Amino acid sequence: MHIDHTARLLLELGVVLFGLGVLARVAGKWGLSPIPLYLIAGLAFGTGGILPVEAPDGFFAAGSEIGVILLLLMIGLEYTAEDLVENLRTQAPSGVLDLLLNGLPGAAFAYLMGWGTTAAVAMFGITAISSSGIISKVLSDLGRLGNRETPAILGILVLEDLAMAVYLPILTALAASAGGLSALRSVIVALAVLAIVLFGALRFGPFVTRIVISRSNEVLLLRLVGLALLVAGAAEAAHVSAAVGAFLLGIALSSDIAERIHTILEPLRDIFAAVFFVFFGLSTDPGQLPSVLLPAIVLALIGIATKFGTGWVAGRRAGVARPGRIRAGAALVPRGEFSIIIAGLVASSVTAELAPTAAAYVLVLAVVGPLAPRLAEPVAKRFARPLRRPAASN
Amino acid sequence: MEVEEVKLPGLGLLHDFSCLTGRRVGVVSLKNGGRQLIVYDEQDPDSVQVSVDLDADEAAVLAELLGAPKVIERLQRLREQVDGLATTGIPLAEDSPYVGRTLGDAGIRTQTGASIVAVARRDEVTPSPTPDFRFRAGDKVVIVGTDEGVKAAAAILNPSNPS
Repeated sequence: MHIDHTARLLLELGVVLFGLGVLARVAGKWGLSPIPLYLIAGLAFGTGGILPVEAPDGFFAAGSEIGVILLLLMIGLEYTAEDLVENLRTQAPSGVLDLLLNGLPGAAFAYLMGWGTTAAVAMFGITAISSSGIISKVLSDLGRLGNRETPAILGILVLEDLAMAVYLPILTALAASAGGLSALRSVIVALAVLAIVLFGALRFGPFVTRIVISRSNEVLLLRLVGLALLVAGAAEAAHVSAAVGAFLLGIALSSDIAERIHTILEPLRDIFAAVFFVFFGLSTDPGQLPSVLLPAIVLALIGIATKFGTGWVAGRRAGVARPGRIRAGAALVPRGEFSIIIAGLVASSVTAELAPTAAAYVLVLAVVGPLAPRLAEPVAKRFARPLRRPAASN
Repeated sequence: MEVEEVKLPGLGLLHDFSCLTGRRVGVVSLKNGGRQLIVYDEQDPDSVQVSVDLDADEAAVLAELLGAPKVIERLQRLREQVDGLATTGIPLAEDSPYVGRTLGDAGIRTQTGASIVAVARRDEVTPSPTPDFRFRAGDKVVIVGTDEGVKAAAAILNPSNPS
């Protein structure tokens, strides 16, 4: 039987999306993040995978770009400019320690493998940034939002997200340039553009909000997605990276409408974010996975240890006792969307081994990560008794 | 008692305080309007032992339950303090002659010496209602006075079934 192009496209898209739905359900049942399952699905559907899908390449490429933009827009929406400034003031030492402690092993690894500077900078980001999406979900699932260490954990996540706004333009500029002096020049240009956009976002927030606001959800959705793509496109053209443009737009939008936008945009984000993770899997050669698996696991073990260190220090700074410091460290372990975004950004311009390494790294930590806080609980409990008694007794 | 407020960036706000017994309790107010009632662990005061998710309606009901007894307690105390003082709350029957009429029309104080100190209607309480307050069927009318005065007032409001 002859199947024409449109029918084939729809059938394959349907298979992929429906399959993702099934996977997301499984992940939800087990209390896991769906991200690793999406990646595995992408690997399976890709060339060299178990079940190759060929037609919707164009859709997946465009959809994955939109997915990144929506992911970052929603992360930006979560925060107000005041949140960022306040956390920068109170949590800066923990944030800097977090980035150095977790990023440097990744960068060192890339140098040891002889991957070059751009890949080293990329690996720095991939290993440093925790997944704020996975972590806030795990904390709320475990009923730990009220815990003393939670504000410190969330504060670190805010700073990591903020650091991404500076980091991504640097990485994009490095990946696009040939290296040497021209690389330095494009980094400086990218940072200057970023500063201007950031200033604009903070200064003209209310104006930006007025452009998109509407009583009708339809009007709001169309204007918002349109504006997000415009800003992202302009940022990309200025070599600041589309993702950063979307993130800054999210921050600029008033927190009054943020909650409503969140509700409207969430389903759209979920679809395109899933497409993004699948596309990353699709464009990664599964044949390379076995050879990078061992290094990725070693890197993941180091990543778990260094996040524990970060959590311990951040917890101590927040005046939390030992059990809370252990819990904070365990909570910070998951890596996810950002590591994949970074790897996707540079995948075409650095060594072919980086993408599978990042995929394996995220596969390990996005699975182990949400389990870590649960596993650390008994350890934390053992520390609890001898150390503190209730403040008063009757 | 000192209530601490902590920001949870991206998620909402946390308020908590320590009870006299040493237990810490608090409320997480999420951005999406949801609330969590939290009780901290006694062994490890940094960690939450119990957390209950409440939607907006449930949170309102809980708040009302926690806040409402104050009015009743105060009345109770008043009764204990003043000997010979009677307090009663009577529901206004459907067939009461004063449904749709005002408190002034009933003339309770001039006839019986007892005072209507509050009227409770569904979810709101009107303390010290003025003479132009208009009754509705089902209102709970709180009356303070002597034993006889309170009974007489009840008979005026619900002549068919004086409680």
